Amino acid sequence: MPTGTEHHGSNVSLARRAWAIRRNALRMGEVQGQGYIGQALGIADVLAVSYFHAMTYRAGDPEWEGRDRFYLSIGHYAIALYAALIEAGVLPEDEIPTYGMDDSRMPMSGMAAYTPGMEITGGSLGHGLGIAVGAALALKRKDNPAFVYNMLSDGELGEGSTWEAVMSAVQWKLDNLIAIVDFNNQQADGPTRDALAVGSEAPKWAAFGWYAQEVDGNDLAAVVDAFDKARNHTGTCPRVIICNTRMCKGIPFLEDRETTHFIRVEPDEWAKALTLLDEEKPL
Amino acid sequence: MTIPAHSRRKSKYQPRAVPEIRRATSAMIASLDAEGRDTIAAPFGHALADLARTRDDIVGLSADLSKYTDLHIFAQAHPDRFYQMGMAEALLMSAAAGMAREGFTPFATTYAVFAARRAYDFIAMAIAEENLPVKICCALPGLTTGYGPSHQATEDLAIMRGMPNLTVIDPCCAVEIDQATRAIADTPGPVYMRLLRGQVPNVLGEYGYEFKLGKAQTIRDGGDVLFISSGIMTMRVLDAAARLATDGISCAVLHSPTIKPLDAETIVEQARKGGRLVITAENHSVTGGLGEAVAGALMRAGAHVPFRQIGLPDEFLDAGALPTLHDQYGLTVDAIAARVKTWLEA
Repeated sequence: MPTGTEHHGSNVSLARRAWAIRRNALRMGEVQGQGYIGQALGIADVLAVSYFHAMTYRAGDPEWEGRDRFYLSIGHYAIALYAALIEAGVLPEDEIPTYGMDDSRMPMSGMAAYTPGMEITGGSLGHGLGIAVGAALALKRKDNPAFVYNMLSDGELGEGSTWEAVMSAVQWKLDNLIAIVDFNNQQADGPTRDALAVGSEAPKWAAFGWYAQEVDGNDLAAVVDAFDKARNHTGTCPRVIICNTRMCKGIPFLEDRETTHFIRVEPDEWAKALTLLDEEKPL
Repeated sequence: MTIPAHSRRKSKYQPRAVPEIRRATSAMIASLDAEGRDTIAAPFGHALADLARTRDDIVGLSADLSKYTDLHIFAQAHPDRFYQMGMAEALLMSAAAGMAREGFTPFATTYAVFAARRAYDFIAMAIAEENLPVKICCALPGLTTGYGPSHQATEDLAIMRGMPNLTVIDPCCAVEIDQATRAIADTPGPVYMRLLRGQVPNVLGEYGYEFKLGKAQTIRDGGDVLFISSGIMTMRVLDAAARLATDGISCAVLHSPTIKPLDAETIVEQARKGGRLVITAENHSVTGGLGEAVAGALMRAGAHVPFRQIGLPDEFLDAGALPTLHDQYGLTVDAIAARVKTWLEA
């Protein structure tokens, strides 16, 4: 089975990819005055590593059988994934102004039927990892060496169904499954750690039988290293990368704002944020 | 505080005497009483195992209830295609969705209560919203166990009817389960099918019946009453029709195993024929099942016919021996025949 994508071997740095993802997300956020920009800015580095370092796919053929699957549980992170898919060439950049509009291919919450590259319908949290378990089982049945990635959130770890999937993935020795947890410690009503006793995530997953790593999700080198280790780990167990991220990363005046699940951005602040970002454009 | 007593149940503090008729609560795995008919063992399991011999895409998943849904027959025949998902119904549905995404046709089994109540959101969002070909086959439909409300799926049809894209089937007997299992494997999209397991009566075989997805079929003709029924109640109304015939009451039986999409065309056409009393009969609450589906179809068509419903009350039912409960809730042949006479005399 062929591997590699047109992006492998590219001279474009991951920092530049992450910057472009942030920029695409800000432009979409501006269209709707959308407050999930905080999560998008926070997870941009992890998405850059996913789409421009770790994953195998063909931008022009999003359903190519040999692709690594990327399952986004957290439907409200769609703005972030669209931003990555645009940078990857799966979605056209000129549809950015349609974000969240009637008849757009990029609705507010990610749904499989609307968007090329959006593999599952997220939004009802606690679904993605279970679907990923089924897909990972199916890939093994087909002798397909692709990985299934599931991006989920810290808040989603409160859903019991997530833990059903955590146990099953170990039961079935799903070494082709990689869970990516965005730990930004923010859920709808406040800090995740104030809602349920989250505890120490990596040791908890490890105790269930996963190969667990915890990294600074805004440190590109650390994220690259974690993805490489997850992919190359020789154990017959599923893999999880807990990514500690900072909401609004990359836009200092938003980073400093009181962090909430749905941040407030004034209409004039989008242009300000874009200007700030453009001043920090990496090579 | 005192929790208000169930409206009908006796106080739990009232001591009880040993009853004169000593019926034990049937085990959950007990087969339905065949009532003098031949039975066929595990029709679902055998049909699926047979199908899988020519269909590489078929896989089976269960949430710790393979033996109690007859999926173990499939698992024995095709061990590498059986997936034990553990006691985890949300995972069962999600994983089935994941396998369907990758081109397989998963049959997922559990009890009807657990699929309908516990796993609804997962069936809705992971399976039905994306119209994936997952076939959800569930044992203990309606009142087929004496274990009480935890296991009695008296509202599963109401719940599942509300789900867009989902085909809902309530088969009557072993022959129909065999045929319906094959039919749903060939149908695109998700299906919820009620299962009878263990030794299952053969009811419709003697009528030369053949299951057709989405079709209601006349099993017996008659001029006074039109029964419209599904599931085990078709067996009961056929027997009631035979009983009532000896009293000179002529009953037709229109069997409608596909609850959704309902065969409204046939139902309306039959209901309009010959001034018969239309009686729906279902092993389900009178709320939201076949009866109300038929009523809605008749009203929408402007077919204003005399209409009665036989079904379970809108209550959490009692525990006890199944024959006692069927008698208590009016699902028996005697109870049906008596009510029909009362309605006709009124």
